[in-house]
Amino acid sequence: MELVTPGLGLIFWTSLTFFFLMIILKKFAWKPILTAVKTREDNIEKALSSAKEAEEKMQQLTSQNEQILREAREERDIILKEARAAKDSIVGEAKNTAKNEAAKIMEDAKKSIENEKLKAITELKNQVAALSIEISEKILGSELSDKNKQQALMNTLVEDVTLN
Amino acid sequence: MNTLKDKTLLALILVFTSVLTVFGNADSTSKKKSFDASSFILHHVLDAHDWHILGEGENSIHLPLPIILLDRGLQVFSSNKFSVAHSEHGHDYAVTEDGLYAIFHEKIYRTIDGQLTFDEEGHPTEAHATPLDFSITRNVASMFLTTALLLWLFIGAARAYQKTGINSAPKGKQSFLEPLVLFVRDEIAIPNIGEKKYMKYMPYLLTVFFFIWINNLLGLVPFFPGGSNLTGNIAFTICLSVFTLYMTIYSANKNYWSHIFMPPVPKALYFIMIPIEIVGIFTKPFALMIRLFANMTAGHIVVLSFICIIFIKESAAWAGLSIPMALFISILELLVAALQAFIFTLLSALFIGSAIEEHHH
Repeated sequence: MELVTPGLGLIFWTSLTFFFLMIILKKFAWKPILTAVKTREDNIEKALSSAKEAEEKMQQLTSQNEQILREAREERDIILKEARAAKDSIVGEAKNTAKNEAAKIMEDAKKSIENEKLKAITELKNQVAALSIEISEKILGSELSDKNKQQALMNTLVEDVTLN
Repeated sequence: MNTLKDKTLLALILVFTSVLTVFGNADSTSKKKSFDASSFILHHVLDAHDWHILGEGENSIHLPLPIILLDRGLQVFSSNKFSVAHSEHGHDYAVTEDGLYAIFHEKIYRTIDGQLTFDEEGHPTEAHATPLDFSITRNVASMFLTTALLLWLFIGAARAYQKTGINSAPKGKQSFLEPLVLFVRDEIAIPNIGEKKYMKYMPYLLTVFFFIWINNLLGLVPFFPGGSNLTGNIAFTICLSVFTLYMTIYSANKNYWSHIFMPPVPKALYFIMIPIEIVGIFTKPFALMIRLFANMTAGHIVVLSFICIIFIKESAAWAGLSIPMALFISILELLVAALQAFIFTLLSALFIGSAIEEHHH
């Protein structure tokens, strides 16, 4: 029976001790400990999430870099192509110009040759004409000296005219 | 590995020392008269007004404790003052030097002419007034020791947090206590009370958990300054369960009271249900009180009973059986000490949680 009879003294001291222990521990132990633990947990969570964020950013950056690289490569290809085209066009133009020039020079040469030829022919014609006139003069001189001959000549000339 | 071995060895030595202490005590008793196991065990399980350390009778070593009585004012004196031994019809009692008070079976009586008179059943007669006893008994002293230990442990740990901040890993006391504090928070408070309101009850739950646990452990230490069966004392468990009852009623919301006074049953059953619900408010903490008291007292009684086999049989050969069994129970009690602290805290959290639960169906 004594075992289950609560002693007044022990009830008093237990209540008092427990109450003050709780008050003191609350102020000096539980609050600092729980706050510190909570802060640390928050920090860890924050650190984890920021690490994840950084990783995502990194990935984004890498993909961005790749994009830039790819674009640069494409641009380089375009520039090279353009350059090649420009080269081709310049070379072609130069060739054309040269060809045209050559053709022009040839033509000029031909023209001057033709001119010279004509000049020579004219000169030759003139000389031949002069010579023929001289010969004609000489022949005429001899022909006109005789009346018969003169008449014959006249006839021929007339014949020629009618024939013409 | 080595430390583990050392600790096991230390534990074994502790247990055997305790066994030998009891052996020594009881041995001298059995020489005088036949060994009374039940009174021996009861003496160990109950409270005492001085702290017995070693030995028996005249040669025993006691730590005197203050006696505080409310009787015609405040009377404070040392338990050493009960130095005059009396014996009447086989009832042994001690009287103070001034002959005013007598102590009989750890109960203090006012003497009549420096004597106690007994009735036929062996109790002191009604004529002896029993002053209100607020003495610092063995249990109270042991509780103060635990309190000092808790303050040292936790204020020290809290200081460490303030000093090193939260950036360094927990060290020393911190690293041992932090998982336990987190256990109470994450396994007891949050699941039962809820994420929103648990913080308000954390100081109570943490204090109750560590107070019970450390007191349980100190009670299991078989030599001075341990061995007091404080947590197995009904007065102690009453206090804690009343605290839980108070916390529950204090924080109860409308929903809780409506469940008691307007239970979800047909109105015709109210005359049965309402009394049952009202009784239910008190049976919950009552069960807490009985559970802790019975578990801890039973543990102490079982360990002592195994030891007592040796003295009942008056043969050291029985030690071969009783010591391994007592050792086994002692180790089991280590588990029970933590388990009972856990259950008490868990159920307190559960009761508080049910009192502040929001209405939902």
